[in-house]
This record gives sequence, C-alpha cells and structure tokens, in this order.
Amino acid sequence: MNLTVVVLFLLIVAMTLAITYYAAKRTNTANEFYTAGGGLTGWQNGLAISGDYLSAASFLGIAGAIALSGFDGFLFSIGYLVAYLVVLFIVAEPLRNLGKYTLADMINSRFDAKKVRATAALNTITIVIFYMIAQLVGAGALIKLLFGIDYWLAVLIVGVMMTVYVLFGGMTATSWVQIIKAVLLMLGTIIISFLVLSRFNFNIFEMFTTMKTATPLGEAYLNPGVKYKVPLDTLSLMIALVFGTAGLPHILMRFFTVRDAKTARSSVIWATWIVGIFYVMTIFLGFGAAAFVGADVIQASNAAGNMAAPLLAKVLGGDILMSFVSAVAFATILAVVAGLVLSGASAFAHDIYGQIIKKGKASEKEQMLAAKYASLGVSVFSILLALFAQNLNVAFLVSLAFCVAASANLPVIIFTIYWKRFNTAGAMTGMISGLVSALILVAISPSVISPVEGAALFTGNPIFPLTNPALLSVPIGFIGSIIGTLVSSKQDAKRYAEVKVKANTGYREPLS
Amino acid sequence: MGKTVQKSNRSKGKGEDFEKMVRTSQFNELMAAKKKFLVPSIILFLGLYLLFPILISYSDALDKTAIGDISWAWVYALLLFVMTWVMATIYMKKSAMFDRMAEKVWKEDELERREAK
Repeated sequence: MNLTVVVLFLLIVAMTLAITYYAAKRTNTANEFYTAGGGLTGWQNGLAISGDYLSAASFLGIAGAIALSGFDGFLFSIGYLVAYLVVLFIVAEPLRNLGKYTLADMINSRFDAKKVRATAALNTITIVIFYMIAQLVGAGALIKLLFGIDYWLAVLIVGVMMTVYVLFGGMTATSWVQIIKAVLLMLGTIIISFLVLSRFNFNIFEMFTTMKTATPLGEAYLNPGVKYKVPLDTLSLMIALVFGTAGLPHILMRFFTVRDAKTARSSVIWATWIVGIFYVMTIFLGFGAAAFVGADVIQASNAAGNMAAPLLAKVLGGDILMSFVSAVAFATILAVVAGLVLSGASAFAHDIYGQIIKKGKASEKEQMLAAKYASLGVSVFSILLALFAQNLNVAFLVSLAFCVAASANLPVIIFTIYWKRFNTAGAMTGMISGLVSALILVAISPSVISPVEGAALFTGNPIFPLTNPALLSVPIGFIGSIIGTLVSSKQDAKRYAEVKVKANTGYREPLS
Repeated sequence: MGKTVQKSNRSKGKGEDFEKMVRTSQFNELMAAKKKFLVPSIILFLGLYLLFPILISYSDALDKTAIGDISWAWVYALLLFVMTWVMATIYMKKSAMFDRMAEKVWKEDELERREAK
C-alpha cells in the first residue's frame, strides 16, 4: 500500500463523512430520510441513479470480462443500458406518480391488501440481500487486492461506512455519495480511455486490427461465442438484464427523490447518457487491459478478471493512476451498498413496520426510529453474511438479483399500471410465482451446481441447463399474474380509474 | 384534527371523480396518443434488442467484417446504444406533448367542479 492510495482513500472517507454530517442536519422526518425531501433536480438524480447503478461489477467486472472474453464481455454493457428504455417508457413516471417511499407503496396504490404489501416487501428484501452479498464479498476481495488489507477488515470498513451514511444521513447522504462517485468514476474512466486510445493513435480501426492478434484468443476475441456458447443462455441473460433494471428496488427508490414525473423523466434521460457513455468506454478499458496488461497477468491477480482496470491504470499512468482508480473503485462500492441498505431498510421499516404492523399510524418519531433500526439491522445482517461467504463463489448473485427483479417485480408493476382486470389475487400469484421460479431454477442451475469442482457452490450435474433462469422465470411471473387474476372474480374498476388517471397525468387534488 | 377529517372526506369523494375523468374525451385522447406512441416504440426497441442475441447465437451473419476489422456484431451493438439515446430523446419530445394533454385533463376537471358548485 503506497502513500498516494492512503491519502486518496482517506480523502474519500473524509468527504463522504462531511456530506453525511450536513445531510444529518436535514434528515429529521421519514420523508427526508427515504426521499431526501423529494427535492433533487433532474441532473442530480440522473447522476445519483448512475452512481447507484454502476457497481463494481460494472466497472471492474465488465472491464475484466471484455479483457478476458472480448465481445461476450460487452454483452453486459448492452443489456445494462437498453434496460433504461424499459425504465423510461414503462415504469419511471407512473411509479413517481403512484408511489411514496417504496415499490410496495406503488403496488398498494391499487390494492389495500396487507399480504400484497408484505410480499412486495419480501421481494425487495430478497433482491437487496442477494445484491448486497455479491457486492460486499466482491468489495472485500477487491479492497484486499487493492489496499493489501485482510478480507474481514475490508468488509468491515465498507460495512461501517455504508451504515454511517444511511443511519445518519438517510437518502440525502446516500444521494450525494452516489453523485460524487458517479463523477469520479466517469473521470477515471475517461482518463483511462483517453490513454488507451492515444496508444492506438486515436484510431478505432487500428485498435480493432491490433486486437485481432493481441490476445491468445486470436480473431475469436472480437467475435461472439468465447464465453457464452449456449444460445438460449445468452438470450436468457439478455432478458434478465433488460427487464431486471426496471424492477430493482434501489433503482426504483431513486424516483421518489424528485418532485414530479417530469423530473423523474429527465433524470432517466441524464442517466441514459451517463451510463451509456460509461458502457461505451468499457470497450477501451477491456481492450486496453487485454493488449497492454495481458490475459495471463490479469488472471494471475484475479481469476474473474476484476483487476483488469486497476492493472491497466498502472501500466498507463503508474502508481498514481492506479491509486486513483483503486480509490474510485472504493467509492463505487460504497455508493452502491449505501443505496441497497436504504432500500432494504425502507421495506422493513416503512412497509412491514409502518404500514402493516402500525397500519400507517406510526408517529413521525416512531417512523424515524424504525428506519434507523432497520438500516442498522440490514447492515449488520449483510456484513455477517459477507464475512461467512468469503470463500464462496457468489458472483452469480448479481444476475440472480436482476432475474428476481425481472420475474417477481416487473410483471406486477406493469399490470398494476396498465391492466384493468388485474386484482389482488393476480398480484399475489404473480409475485410469488416469479420469485419462487427464479430461486428454484437458479438453485438447480450450473451457477449453483457445477461439474467442475470449485466453480460453484456444489459439485455435480446441474438439473436445469441455463445459468440464468430469466428465459423461463420472467414468462412464469407474467403468466402467474394472469392466471391468478382470471381465477379470482374480483375487480375494482373504480380504484383502477384512480390509478390510471394518477399514473398518466400526475393528477393531484386541486388546492381549492 | 378537523383538517384530517376534511381530507378523508375528500379522498372518499375522489373515486367518483376519477371514474368520470377516465371517460372524458380529453383523457381518452391522451391515452390513445400515448398508446399510439408507446406500444410500437416498445415493440421496436425490445425487438431489435432481443434479435441481437438470437442473431449472434444462431447465425454467423454478424461475424463478417463491416468496416476495416470491425465486424457487424460490433456495429449492431453500437447501434443499440444509438437506438437507446435516440428513443430517449424522442420520448422526451413526445412527453412534452403528453404533459400539455394531461394539463387539459386537469383543467377540464377543475372547470367542471367549479360549475357543479
């Protein structure tokens, strides 16, 4: 560990703690805690969405995947970006118009049933826990590599930081940590991309020609099929990526931090540009690492390729650039896990405690206390799980989280807004069939059971052939919702009229 | 206390208004315009997106080089990026129109209420 990296590391810690200090003064009510008072502007929320979304898996993971498997690594970049069209065209504005703090709020704007809220909260918690374990285990391993400290200490540092942000600064602190991280990440990526391109004389064609022979894969490096050889698996992955984003609770929660649907819309546009430009640059990170670091060196450091970007930074800009990139990776991890803690806490404190147990009658003080206890609980639980999961291969949990979001959340979100006949029974069967099918199919897939020892949690022959179950579980979520709806005779046209008007016009009671 | 009672009375009365609102011509025009834009757009971008993994998995069509050593697979992938930005921009333009139509729905509703009073 050199001096530069220690200084940058402490700088990020100090800056984010200062933000938390100021945010804490403005976080006195449940509304301020969950939504930062709903006062974020379009560009602020757009940057925060990007900061919430671009995880270490995006930055270090995709750079490594492109470095090691060329074109196939880039598939993630495409899916993660196009997903924002689903968010923009189908989900963002109605969600802002109907919801208050959580996804369950939005679904319950149509159904009063407690069981619907409880199930929606359960889905949120499941997704948050999966995503969180993957992030924390990845973070521990990365920080261990980057800063040379022990795994448990690394997890604890990240864990304590995320707890402090959320506990004291709520959504305001979380948002600004995400905004700063997004700026740092873009800056770091632009610098590396510029340096990579300069080595190719700023000629894209020259870059591709060089890449044809620069890796052990030869020409195959630039073509699809290096990593994903099962066609249905590729399709399934792409389905999970494009539909999952619009059901991820920590992303959806960001839309409650803006004033109205119009601002929600402009924040997605901002995010689309920022995230899109970032993902284009992942090509330069990946190609650069493959050409100037080399696959063998990358894999010697970390088999999954996660060290590709920091190693590339070292080759291009020496220790200073590598320290900067490591610090950016640290900030990236912090911003994502803080967002996850907040959305997990909202499901416990607002949905389960506030709305179900207290029937929406909790006082402001009780709500704040519950929110803080829940944040602490979610943090401690995830830290413990991450400490135990150190040696497990949990990378698949990110795509599982996307898959659960796509299968269990998205069908119900869509039907709540757009289907007149939809009812409580349909919402229940939809959420449960989506969740259960995604979980069972993953449990018997090659992600969990692999014939290669150490490649997955268990050794053996997988029963379900696809690593990603979205190809089946997403349709199951939709069909489950439809069957449940049709079996039950219930219908509430009056309530749907209200949902329809509000979702589409942002209608509010006139003040007169 | 009096304030909360008033509020709940109003939200009780809300339902009737909304049912009436969904039948107004302004609201139906808005819904028709939205549908006309959203449905084909969603089919288009999802179609182009899902066609991509199918094409690269089941055919070699995109393996041929397009420009220099850049293959059609890369060109298609980057076109999906361009598609995302273009569609998002079009959405932004269209929603300005939807906003104006939604404004009309509210205004009409307010007008009717005043007349009813």
